[in-house]
Amino acid sequence: MDHDLAILGAGPAGLAAARTAAECGLSVVLLDEQSTPGGQIYRDVDRVAPLRGDILGQDYTEGRTLTQSLTTPGITHITGATVWAIEEGQRISYTREGRGAQLSAGHILIATGALERPMPLPGWTLPGVMTAGAAQILLKQSGTLARRAVLVGCGPLLYLIGAQMLRAGTPPLALVETQTRGDSLRALRHAPGILRGWRYALKGLKMLADLRRAGVPRHTAAHDIRITGTDRAEGVEFTAKGQTRTIACDTVLLHHGVTPNTQAARSIDIPHHWDARQACYQPQTDAWGGTTLPTVHIAGDGAGIGGAKAASLAGQIAALDIAHHAGRLPIGDRDLKARPLLRRLSAERAPRAFLDTAYPPFAQALTPDDSTIVCRCEEVTAGDIRRFATMGCNGPNQAKAFGRAGMGPCQGRYCGLTVSALLATANGQDMDETGYYRIRPPLKPVTLGELAAMDTAQDAAE
Amino acid sequence: MKTASFETLSESRAEVPVTFAGQELMLPEGANLAAALLAAGITTFRHTPTSGAPRAPFCMMGACFDCVVEVDGITRQACMLTVTEGLTISMPQEGADGS
Ligand code: FES
Repeated sequence: MDHDLAILGAGPAGLAAARTAAECGLSVVLLDEQSTPGGQIYRDVDRVAPLRGDILGQDYTEGRTLTQSLTTPGITHITGATVWAIEEGQRISYTREGRGAQLSAGHILIATGALERPMPLPGWTLPGVMTAGAAQILLKQSGTLARRAVLVGCGPLLYLIGAQMLRAGTPPLALVETQTRGDSLRALRHAPGILRGWRYALKGLKMLADLRRAGVPRHTAAHDIRITGTDRAEGVEFTAKGQTRTIACDTVLLHHGVTPNTQAARSIDIPHHWDARQACYQPQTDAWGGTTLPTVHIAGDGAGIGGAKAASLAGQIAALDIAHHAGRLPIGDRDLKARPLLRRLSAERAPRAFLDTAYPPFAQALTPDDSTIVCRCEEVTAGDIRRFATMGCNGPNQAKAFGRAGMGPCQGRYCGLTVSALLATANGQDMDETGYYRIRPPLKPVTLGELAAMDTAQDAAE
Repeated sequence: MKTASFETLSESRAEVPVTFAGQELMLPEGANLAAALLAAGITTFRHTPTSGAPRAPFCMMGACFDCVVEVDGITRQACMLTVTEGLTISMPQEGADGS
């Protein structure tokens, strides 16, 4: 074994886990696709915090305490590494700078975070339409802002990017929000949770007040949303309060929540189950992030959406368990160290039920109308998927054979949930019966040149 | 560029020449390539092999493959690349979508 522990992803879960494991004496290798640590939430934070920390806010600049974890002795950070295969729960194949490479580790921690929940609307493939997360990455890493943008969807991230755009001097033209009054009322059931998470609630209210003061219009309970334009986005059309209107713009930023990025876990056949409240599949894990494979743990948003603080706690908890299984931490010490972390983790998760209920995914984007493209790569529409269902297609893997859905380079990352939902509805099955795409390596496209440049050529043959 | 849908807060990076689909551009060295192209007013990065529809960056995190361009004959994700001097970027050939 080259290392005691290999961690996939240098976001909050991966960074916190690396530090905890290294402090327990494990040799740790941290693989990440980006050139700097932080994941998407703290993208490029070491360089950027002094440049525009005032715009991005303290929740972002605080990420530097996590990136400092990397100074702990015993951690090797491999940047720019695209992992494309995990084998036998211990061997990792990746490419870096055009060359393939492999390493082995006694344990693996998957900390690959979240993806934006796909939000298929008519026109969402047009240039100028991006995820709100993409806008955040543009602002964090590059200081790049959309001049005339409309934010569409729901949830706290929409308010956060709106507030950041405001502070940067380029406020959004409008917020087109999909949550309804009924959602807010239902969410009140979970009010005790929001009271425990009052700091988040206050921040949300402050952002909304800032947007209101700046005169940014908000349209709530919007439905029948479509993006207009032929070669690029030119406007957002929607109906709210019985009125249909169009807001002209250059950029549309979509967001209705994030979902666990489960590609790596699925590729090694870790079982996943549908979580109705979060409306996503989650890998089956125990309280330590342990999986059905004894050498593989999962921590952070990739195991279930909880946000950055919860992710860093879950990373530490998983690292303690891994250190125990690696024979470096007696069980009593593991439990003692984990106790305060588990307590904080449950406090971090407390507001989730409120948030998930107050800002549910936009129903019309979960099962879009027939003409809407759901698979961006292969340009398969919702109508195509429904037609496959009438022809006997009862699962996403068959949909690949019927019409190439999910077979493009994104490997279903932005259509998987939609295709499962469409088939489940059409066939009258639940999401677990319908299931999800079977994910197989390579997790990201690998070129022949990269394989040819592989350090250990014969291992890559299979 | 005045007409671009995006603008970039100044970061005092030196600008270097690159070409995109035959067009000469001056982009900030070391910047994220997709972000720099958007700020330079590029709206279409590629066309889909199936219908020829225009596409541009969607996720900015290496997951959607809509930002795929061709650099030195190899399809790469622009959002995962850095601007370097003399980069020659073209739209991917029909049928080459990075798969
Ligand atoms: S914009 Fe999605 S992969 Fe680059």
